[in-house]
This record gives sequence, C-alpha cells and structure tokens, in this order.
Amino acid sequence: MTYDERLSNVSILGAAGKMGSGILLLTAVEMADLSFKKENENQTFILNAIDVSDKALAGLVDYIRVQARKIAEKKIVFLRDAYSENRSLAYNDEIIDEYIAKVLSVIRPSTRIENTFNSNVIFEAVNENPELKIKLFKQIDENSDTSPWFFTNTSSVPISYLDEKTELEGRIIGFHFYNPPAIQKLVELINGKDTLPELNDFALEYAKRLRKFIVHSNDVAGFIGNGHFMRDALFGIKLLNDLKSDYGFAEAVYVVNKVSQDFMVRPMGIFQLVDYVGVDVCKYIMTVMDPYFESEDLHSDLLDQLFDREVKGGQNSDGSQKDGFMKYEKGRISAIYDFYNSEYVDVATIAEKMDSLIGNYPDNHIMWKEIIKVRDRTELLATYFKNLDSLDSLGAKVAKEYMNATRAIGLKLVEQNVAKTGKDVNDVMLTGFFHSYGPINDFLPWEEL
Amino acid sequence: MRKKIYITAGYNTISLGTGRKEFHPKKPRPGLEHYIKEAGEATLKLIGGAQNVDETVISNFNASQYNKQANLPGYAPFVDEKLKYKPSTRVEGACGSGGMAVATGIKFLLSDESDVILTLGFEVQNTVKAVYGADILATAGWWKDRKDGHAHFFPGQFSDRAGSYYEKYGREETRSAMVRWYKNAIENARLDPTAQEYHNSDFDLEKMADIKPNGKMFVDNLTVLDCSKVSDAASALAIMTEDGLVRCGIDKKDTVEIISFAQAEDDITTQPEDPTRLITTEKVVKVALEKAGITKEQIGTVEAHDCFSIAGIMATEAIGFAELGKGPEYVLKGNTAHDGEVPFNTTGGLIGWGHPVGATGVHQAVTIWQQLTGKAADAQIIISETRPYGMTINMGGDDKTVTCIIYKKAE
Repeated sequence: MTYDERLSNVSILGAAGKMGSGILLLTAVEMADLSFKKENENQTFILNAIDVSDKALAGLVDYIRVQARKIAEKKIVFLRDAYSENRSLAYNDEIIDEYIAKVLSVIRPSTRIENTFNSNVIFEAVNENPELKIKLFKQIDENSDTSPWFFTNTSSVPISYLDEKTELEGRIIGFHFYNPPAIQKLVELINGKDTLPELNDFALEYAKRLRKFIVHSNDVAGFIGNGHFMRDALFGIKLLNDLKSDYGFAEAVYVVNKVSQDFMVRPMGIFQLVDYVGVDVCKYIMTVMDPYFESEDLHSDLLDQLFDREVKGGQNSDGSQKDGFMKYEKGRISAIYDFYNSEYVDVATIAEKMDSLIGNYPDNHIMWKEIIKVRDRTELLATYFKNLDSLDSLGAKVAKEYMNATRAIGLKLVEQNVAKTGKDVNDVMLTGFFHSYGPINDFLPWEEL
Repeated sequence: MRKKIYITAGYNTISLGTGRKEFHPKKPRPGLEHYIKEAGEATLKLIGGAQNVDETVISNFNASQYNKQANLPGYAPFVDEKLKYKPSTRVEGACGSGGMAVATGIKFLLSDESDVILTLGFEVQNTVKAVYGADILATAGWWKDRKDGHAHFFPGQFSDRAGSYYEKYGREETRSAMVRWYKNAIENARLDPTAQEYHNSDFDLEKMADIKPNGKMFVDNLTVLDCSKVSDAASALAIMTEDGLVRCGIDKKDTVEIISFAQAEDDITTQPEDPTRLITTEKVVKVALEKAGITKEQIGTVEAHDCFSIAGIMATEAIGFAELGKGPEYVLKGNTAHDGEVPFNTTGGLIGWGHPVGATGVHQAVTIWQQLTGKAADAQIIISETRPYGMTINMGGDDKTVTCIIYKKAE
C-alpha cells in the first residue's frame, strides 16, 4: 500500500480534544494536499473524526474551518500554484475559500467507533489513560477489516506496553505531538520494541509532509520531553521548598518563576509552564511515569495538595489560563498563590519585596523574546552567562543551581538511554519548549558548581 | 512656476500596524474617521482654522476595498463643518496618490482658483490580513495580470526586479545594500515617535535582516524585511500662495517653498521595459530638476519611495546619485544614512515609518517640510548651504504613476 493509499482512510480518536483536533486539522490538510495530485484524481479521502461528545464534535467543524483558513493563508504561495489551472480563481480569498471547502470535505465527524473499522490508520489522542487506550485499540482491531496501524499521541505510556496488552504485534508507534499540534514543530517518535519498520517509515513520511521536526525517543515512560519537563518542574518545586521558609511561599514561587524565566532566558517561568500544562496533568503524567523509575521519586506532595484544593491550572475553552500557582490577567501574572493562607497575593506587592533581593539582571542580559529572534545566539548567551556566573545575588545563585540541575536531567536522559544523544535532548527543549538554548551546554563552569 | 507656492502646517498621525506597541491584530482599532480627523484638525489648527481654507484635496488608494467606503471628498466637511459646501477632490494613483494630491493642490493654486488648500492623505489597511491586502494592493497593477501574478502581488513584481538586478549587477553586494537599507530605515524610524518602527528594539538589525529570501514561503528575491509596512495613518499639510500665507498669518520661516514639481505616467497594461531601472522615476526626476533649474548635487535630502529596499536602491540611480548598477555601493558607503551625504528617508521611509498607501506622498512632503524648517526634532539632519533642497519621489504601482517635488526653505 502506498503512502497516499494508506492515508486515504484514517480515523482519529478523541478528535474533538485539544490534541485530537489539532491532529485532525493537520491530517485533513494533508489529505486535501494529496488530492491535488493527478494520480489521486479518483481517490476518495476519508477522515473519521471520532469523539464521545456530539456537542464537542459540533464545535469541531467550526474550529477546523477557522484553523484551515489560517493554514491556507500561510501557504497561499503553494495554493496559487496548485490552483493555477483554474482560471476562475484569481484572487487569494477565492483560492483560500476553495481550499477550505476541500479540507472540510474529507472530515466525517461521528460518535460511532464502528466508523473506524475500515481505516488504515488509527490515530489515538484520548486521555492519558493506558486502560482506555488499550480497550479502544483492542475493540477496533478485533472488528477491523484492514489490520490498521495505530498511532498513539501518548506523552508518557511506553509503546511496548501498549503493544503487548493489545497484541498488535508491532502495528503501533508513538507519535507525540506537542501542544498545539498545528503550531508546534516537534514530534517525538517512539518505536516500541516490535514496531514494524514499514510503520516507522510511514510515520517519518507523514511527519515530513506535515513539516514536523522529528526527534527519536527511546521507549521509556515520559520519553524525552516529559522526561525533562517533569524533573525540571520537580526541581523548581524543590527550590520553592528550600526558599519558602526564608521568604514565604508566594515569595518563593515568585523568585523561582522569575529566575527560571528571565535569568535563565526561557519563554516562561517553571510555575507558569506547570500552570499552562495543568497542575492536574503534570500530577497525572508523574503517576504514569513513576513506576518505571525505581531509583527516583517522580512525585510531588505539593502538586497533590494543590490538586486537592482545586488549584489546577490548565486552560479554559477560550484558551485563557486558569488559576494555578499563579493567577493571570490577559496572559500576564497578576497574583501568586499563597499556600499557607489559600489565597492569591498581588504580584506587584511581592515584586516590590523580592526584586531587590533577587538582584539586577546580569550585564548583557537579553529577554527571551528578543534573543529567540537571533539565530546565532551562542556567543550572546555565553557572554551573558559568564556575567551571571560572576554574580552572587539571590537571582544568580538560584539560576546557577537550576541550570546545573537541568543539565544533570539532560545528561541523565542520555545515561538512562531515553535519548540517544545530548543533542536530541537539546533539540526537544529548543523546538518543543522553545528554550533559547539546550540544557546540555558549556555556559557555566559546571565542575565548580 | 508662475507664482510662489508654499507648504506648511504638516502633521502625521502615528503609523499603526505591526511594530507599534499599540497594535494588536485581534483588538479593535480606530477607523479611517479617526485618522482623517486627527490629521485634518491638526493642520487646520496650525493655519488658523478651516474658514481660511478654499478647498480640500484628499488622497487615498483603496478605501473602497479596505474600508468599504468611497466618495471620499465627503470627509472634508467631516473634519470641520466650515469646509461644508466648499470644493473637495479625491485623487487616486495607488501608492502615488499622496504625491498626486500635493501636485493637484499646487495646480489648483496655480490656476488662481484658490489660495489655501488642505491636503490630506490617508489609508487604513489593517482591516484585512496581509494575504487579502495583497489582492487589494494588486489593483495598483493591471487586473489582467492578477491571476498569473504572485500571491503577494507587488512583492512578486519587485522580487522579479530584484532578481534581474542581482543577475545583472551581482547578488551579494545588492543583498548587503538591501540589508543596510533596512538598518537605516529602522534606525531613522526610531527617531520619530510617529513611526511604525519607532518601538523597534531588535538587537542586531543587520543580522536580523541578513536572511535568505525563501520563495516557497514568500517571494524568491526579497524577504519581508525588504518590504514596506502595512499601515493605518493619515498625513496632512496646507499648500498656499503668498496671499494664502497672509490670510492664515503664517510666517514664511515655518514654510517651505515648492521649487518645482513633475508628474509622469506609464502604461499600466505593460511590464517594465528594463526591470533593473525605474525609468518613469528617472524621467520625472529629470523634469523636476530641470524645472527647478538645479542639479542633483544641490539636493540635501530625499524622501524616496522605498516600497521595497530594492526600489530605494534603484531610486539612488534614478536620481543620478549613483550610476546604473552602482546604487548598492552608494548605499553601502553610507551616503543615504542619517549622517550621510544625502540622507534618505530620515524618519524611516516606507519600510521604517510606514506605508499608509494613499498618505505616503503627503507624509513625504511633511517630512521634508519638517527637515527644511528645523522641526524634525530627534530626526533633524543638518541642511547645508550647498545642498539646501529637499526632494520627494512618490511612486504608484510598479513605476507607473510618479510624482517628484523639489522644496527649499522659504526666504
């Protein structure tokens, strides 16, 4: 079966969810693009959007319409070429409208799992619940006429485990998109121990066509991305615990978050990132990962307690941020959660108290949003971190300790054979987390730290 | 000219669009009325009120599509009720509309019909995304060329010109000069609080701009930083006879004199004869210099139509500052920089200040007026006695509708 034939009938499970809708969008667009090919003139492309919620599916088509427009707008150069022979379409808006109609025409929303039984590829993006995934895979495989290939978007469950439980005999691969799939370039590709080579080849072709940047992760719970992020977050919480007795809980959150964002030149501070992903999601991923690492305790009492108090972070359906470690107004941090009093404290009050203690930015400091625009930034960063190293302020100290820890996490991922190389770890952090540099670097005199 | 004509009371709104901190594509923005009113009222105030105005000339490219609004002369009385029942005229020559408005105002004065003209140019482009704006801007070219034109029609046209230029004169130096052009534009824009790139704090401008054009994403021979901005703005000024100055109580020291002006038109249905040259611009500059009775060596500053960096470079050749093919070298030597021999686009030009299409020609005249009368604040350049003249070149379409005006501080 050729790539095009295989992709002519695909089902997406959890299609109305945050990840599923993005995967649906990208796949629908890919099908629309394949249909431009002369040899596919008579090929029907079918994309089943399967979800448990009829209501969510109803909103899904609107979402795809809006997002397909954005994609079409970005690839207008390609589209004008694709429609060059259609003389009735002269203007960009006419061409874009025509293309959106083509994308929408392949999608068939449904709550009925039976619709997947003719698909060649099943893409799973349901909750990060191994039992649910296993149940769905088995149900589809038992009823299918096509011996489909299964793609799972899991960010933490080992592929070999799923394969074993579902008896798919290698017809499964980990294809972990980052959120949101339509925007994020990174995909972690995970082969289980029996994953079919031809399935891997197909996945690589699909990723290439979607212009995704692939990093191969070994089949270890959490893979590279969450392998780093969860430990990174746990270290942030450790620093918070170290600092809170001296400065107070909210103050310590402020320090660690500010240092991990500004001093470490990252797009957001660690607690903002936890809020963005969701306290609940982080807690859950740790639960999935923890049993696989006997020598480590991938667990946080603090996250459990926040979860119990309904301090969960994550996003509202309109994309706005829910309250977590911090409260946000128009995307900016407005207040910080004080664990002892169960209330949020105005961030300005805390900043006034803590900024002088944290200290000034080291010389040659550049904010993340500026430096990320510079392609060859190693020298700029090296100069900056050299200055950081020479300082003794609270901010500089916390930054050095944190950078040392994050480097150790990166090295350990290689040592544990989660990542094949240090470059793979750095690539994931650069492309999946938009860091301005990888955790494994030469910016500080590590031996001395 | 058969009588002396002056411009004064120039005013620019901010140029709103990407780059300005106030700009957010998803948030509501002021509409065209806001810009027209702000610029119009400011100029009227400087000339003692609308009762002093005989008639209005409004320039705009395509409010019909951007804002679903035509019959623009009707905005004159909207600016001030004292303009009600007075003549008002809208002119349109695509990106060359503003220069055409100033030239039209001059002609109305020369006809003895009026003594005081309010000239107001505006464009509010951010009503549509750039990808749809490209279709609107494409109407500045021949409609029959649209289907086979580039998705980004005008960048496509000037990318082709740049490609021909690279081929004929060498790619590397030309690209370097385009990068320098960008750097000059942004640095100059940082000197003018109304400029669209005023807030630009990019770290290393040349490094930023020194990227390889990617035809798959945009056009083959230009990057987006080679392009002018998509802008919402208005500019206004008053054009007067000597009698008009007296009527408005304007001191000559606050005015510049129009020494000469020239307009030229090329056939919109044709492609450029020589894509490496701006031939219509060459013609119009030559006529303006001849009419002024001066040489290019007496020009102290130029507002050139750098809709694309390559067009700015070609303009240095069209004026004759550099020989054909030597524009890049001329720019790279620093001649067009803020402290160069002939500072070009001292508040950023179309790439740095912004390009509110129908307002651009008026904005250029306002900038020259500011520079020659010492009102350019942080952007002020030194005007030497040997080079006392200012020049504006405003171009509509692909070197089709061009106006050149030469100015000098009034004596």
